[in-house]
Amino acid sequence: MTYIAKPPLHHPTLQANRVGYTRRDYEGRVSTLCAGCGHDSISAAIVQACWELDIEPHRVAKLSGIGCSSKTPDYFLGASHGFNTVHGRMPSVLTGANLANRELLYLGVSGDGDSASIGLGQFANALRRGVRMAYIVENNGVYGLTKGQFSATADTGSRSKKGVVNNDNPIDLVGIALQLGASYVARAFSGDKEQLVPLIKGAMTHGGAAFIDVISPCVTFNNHGGSTKSYDYVRQHNEAVSRIDFIAPGEEITAIVAPGEVAEVRQHDGSVLRLRKLHEDYDASDRYAALGYMTQRAARGEIVTGLLYLDPLATDLHASLNTCATPLAALGRDALCPGSAALEKINAALR
Amino acid sequence: MKGAKRIQAVNDFVVKFANVNGSGSASANELFAKAVMRMGVPVSPRNIFPSNIQGLPTWYEVRVCERGWSGRRGGVDMMVAMNPQTWDADVAEIESGGYLFHDSSRPMPPARFREDVHVIGVPLTEIANDAYTDARQRQLFKNIIYVGALSALLDLDPAVFERLFAEQYKGKERLLDANLHALRLGREHVMQHVAYPLGLRVRRADAVGDRIFIDGNSALGLGCVYGGATVAAWYPITPSSSVPEAFQKYCEKFRVDPATGQHRFAIVQAEDELASIGMAIGAGWNGARAFTATSGPGISLMTEFIGLAYFAEIPVTLIDVQRGGPSTGMPTRTQQSDLLACAYASHGDTRHVLLFPEDPHECFEHAAAALDLADRLQTPVFVMSDLDIGMNQRLCRPFAWDPARDYDRGKVMSAAQLEEAGAAFGRYKDVDGDGIPWRTLPGTHPTKGAFFTRGTTRDPYARYSEKGADYLYNMDRLQRKFQTAATLVPQPVARPAARRTHLGAIYFGSTSPAMDEALDELGREGVHIDALRLRAFPFPPAVLEFVEAHEVVFVVEQNRDAQMRSLLVNELGIAPARLSRVLHFDGTPINARFIAAAIRKTIAARHLEVARAG
Repeated sequence: MTYIAKPPLHHPTLQANRVGYTRRDYEGRVSTLCAGCGHDSISAAIVQACWELDIEPHRVAKLSGIGCSSKTPDYFLGASHGFNTVHGRMPSVLTGANLANRELLYLGVSGDGDSASIGLGQFANALRRGVRMAYIVENNGVYGLTKGQFSATADTGSRSKKGVVNNDNPIDLVGIALQLGASYVARAFSGDKEQLVPLIKGAMTHGGAAFIDVISPCVTFNNHGGSTKSYDYVRQHNEAVSRIDFIAPGEEITAIVAPGEVAEVRQHDGSVLRLRKLHEDYDASDRYAALGYMTQRAARGEIVTGLLYLDPLATDLHASLNTCATPLAALGRDALCPGSAALEKINAALR
Repeated sequence: MKGAKRIQAVNDFVVKFANVNGSGSASANELFAKAVMRMGVPVSPRNIFPSNIQGLPTWYEVRVCERGWSGRRGGVDMMVAMNPQTWDADVAEIESGGYLFHDSSRPMPPARFREDVHVIGVPLTEIANDAYTDARQRQLFKNIIYVGALSALLDLDPAVFERLFAEQYKGKERLLDANLHALRLGREHVMQHVAYPLGLRVRRADAVGDRIFIDGNSALGLGCVYGGATVAAWYPITPSSSVPEAFQKYCEKFRVDPATGQHRFAIVQAEDELASIGMAIGAGWNGARAFTATSGPGISLMTEFIGLAYFAEIPVTLIDVQRGGPSTGMPTRTQQSDLLACAYASHGDTRHVLLFPEDPHECFEHAAAALDLADRLQTPVFVMSDLDIGMNQRLCRPFAWDPARDYDRGKVMSAAQLEEAGAAFGRYKDVDGDGIPWRTLPGTHPTKGAFFTRGTTRDPYARYSEKGADYLYNMDRLQRKFQTAATLVPQPVARPAARRTHLGAIYFGSTSPAMDEALDELGREGVHIDALRLRAFPFPPAVLEFVEAHEVVFVVEQNRDAQMRSLLVNELGIAPARLSRVLHFDGTPINARFIAAAIRKTIAARHLEVARAG
C-alpha cells in the first residue's frame, strides 16, 4: 500500500491536546504491514498514548531492531527521530542514546525474534541495568519477514502454517523481565486497545526499565488453528489480572470505585496508575509472587495479561551512574576538557 | 667464567628480569626503570607476560640507552633470573660476556651455568627470610632487595631511589621506611660481598629532557577525556582493558562536579563487544562523543555494527589495542594484524578511517583527533594502537593541549538552521560537495529535521528506497566523503635519508622506534633509505608521491600477511613488485636488528643499489 501517499491535510475538527498537537501529529508513514497485522494496532495505541500524554513528538526517540515489528516506528511519531538498528541490538543502541541525552523519552520497539532469539542477551542486560525506556515486544511467535519460521517465544506443541510442530520450550520474556529487575512489567494483547493504551502510558512515564510483552498475531503466518498466538487462541485464553487507568500528574481523580478492589499507585513523575484488580489473589507489587503466578498460569495454557509488576519509585541507569542533570550530549568543551594547565601537572607527575 | 671477555657498557645495555607472575615483581622492576630514567638516561621497558594471573613466567626487559633508542634491541646483557621454571632458557638468552644475576640461597649445579657468562649470586631468599617473618612481606621485599643489589652493581645513585620512594609513599611513612630498608639490605650485601660495579653501568646524563614516561593505554584514556568523550562502553579484553580504566580514573579526577558530586561522563561495562559498540553508536547518534576500546576478537564481533555506523553515518570512535591473532591468538603479545579487518570492517563495500599512533604521545593526540574526525565525518574512526605501545611505559614527548582548541562537532543542524532550510533539508544530501551531509539530533526542532535512521537504502531525504539510483548516489557520496577524510587525517611524517636514494621505507605505529634505530644503523653502513611514517588511512596524496619517487619501498610491519602493503596496493594501485615486505610477527615487538637484517638481505638478494650519487 506504499503507493498511496498519506494526505497531509488535517481534519478541522481534530482535537488538539494540551501541547497543541492533534492525533495526526503523532502518526507516521502509511504502514506497509499486512492488513490486519497486530503490530498496526500497537502503532495506533502508541499514537493514542502519546497524544493523550501530551508528549511533544520530538521529545521521543524511537528505536527498533530488525523485523516486521522493528519497521513500525516508521508508521508512528513521524516527527520523532527514529533508529532502525541491527537485528537484536536495539537495547544497546537505546542504552547509549539514553546515556547521551537523559531528557528525551525512549521507546524501544522489538519483536520476539529480535528480543528472544537473536537479541536475548541485550534484552536481558538492558533490563538488568534499569535503562529508562518503554520496551515493547510485538510478540507473534514467528518470523514474518522471512515467511513464518518459529521464533524462540513459540509455544511447545504449537503448529506452524506449514504444519511443522515446535518442540522447543518457549522463552517467556515476561518471566525474564521480572527476574532481571525490570521495574514495570506488563503483558497485553494487540486486540485489546482499552487495556494496551494505559499500559503504554504507564510505561512511558515510568522512571526505570518498563517492559510490555504484547501478543500481536501475525495474520499471514501465525493465525491458524494449532497456533497459540492467533487472534482466536489469545481471545480464548486471555486472563487479565488487572485493568489500569492512567491519570496524568495533576489530573483530577474523578471516578469513584469501590474501595478494596482498586489500588492507586503514584509514579516518580506524579502520574497515577489506578489498578483495578480482576483477580483476587494477584499482587502487582510483589515481583516473586508475580513470577510464580505467571508460571503456574502459563502451565495451564492461560495468557496472563495486565500490569504484572510495578515498582512505582524505580530509578534508572543515570541514577546508578550518578550522571549530571544536563544531557551529556549538551556539555561543551568547558565542561569536559580539563585544559592545558591541568595537562602540565599531569606531565610533571610522569617524569 | 674464565678468561671470557665481560661486556663493558655505560648507559647502553639491556637488563631482563625473569619473574613468576603474581609475585609482585612488576612494581619493583618499574622502580628500577624509573631510577635509571631519573638519572637522565632514557629507558624503554617492556612487559612480556602470560595470559594468566598467578604462577606463570613473566619477563620485564629494560633497555637502557643514552642515545634514546626505545625499540627493543634484541639480546640481553644482564639477566635477573628469578624464575627457576625458565632458568635454562633465560641463561641461554644472555649475550656472550654478559651477566647472570640470581638468588644464590640454594646452590645450583655448575652445569646450569654458562662458561662465558659472569655470575652474580645474592642470597635474596635468605636475606628476606632473616629480615621478615610474614610470608607476603618476604616475597614482596625480596623484589626490592634485588633492586637494591642491582643499584650497587650498576652504579645507580641511591638518592634517586629515596626520592622515588618518597614520592610513591607520601603520607605512608611506614611503607616508605620498609622499602628503604629492603633496598639497603640488597645494596649493602653487594657492597660487602661482591665486586661492584659491574662492566654495565649507569652514569648520570641529561638525555631525558622534558619527556614523560607513560603507557599508551593511559594516554588514550586521557586523550578521550581531553577530546570530550562522555560515553564509554566496553567489554574487558587484553590488552585494551586499561584504556577505559584510565578514562574512568581521569574522569573521576576531572569530570566530577565538586558541588554536586555528579558525573559528566557515563561508563558502562557492557555484556559483550556487540553491546559496547551498540551503546557507543547510540550515544553518537544522540550527539554525545562516545568510544569503545577493544582488541581483535572484539573487532570481529563489532563488524555488523561498524557497517551500520558507516552506512547510517554515525560518529563513533573505536580504539583497537591490537594483539596477536587470529582467533584468541596470542592475547598477551603484540601485532599489527587488524589493519584489513578494520579498514574494510563489515559486509558490503565499506572503508574506514584508521589512525596509527607511534607512542603514548600520539595515543593522546589521536584519541582526541579521532573524536573530532568521527563527528566531522559522521563515521567510525579507529585508533590502531597495539600491546607494545598500550601496555608498556614509554618515554615520549610531553602531552600538549592548545588552550584555544575547541571541539569540531561537525555538521549538526541547529533549530534555527532547520527553520531556515525548511523542506530543502535532506539528511543524506551532499550540499557542500565534500560528501559529508548535515545531520540532526533528536529533540532539536518540534516539526523539522526528524528522520528514521536505518541501515537500509534510502534517498537523500532519508526515506526508504530500493531504487538503484538512490543507492548509487549514496555509495558514491560515501566514497567522496572518504576522499575528504584523506585531507583531514594526520599527514604522514617523512624521514629523509642523509643522501639521495632510490630506496624507501614505509612504517607505522609501534614499529617507529625500532625503525628509527635501524635506519640510523643502515645509514652508517652506507645504506641510505628515505622513510615515511604513515599516521592514517585513507592515505593522503603524499604517500603515493613517496612510493613513486622510489624504485623499491620496504613496507615494515608486524603481521604475517603484509596487510599495510595490501592496503597500499589496493588503494593506490601501486605495482606490488615495488613494495618489498619486511614482516615481523612472532608476537614480540619488532626490533632494529631484525629490520636492518631483513633490509640488508633483500638488498643483497635483489642486487639493489644502496645509494645514488648526487
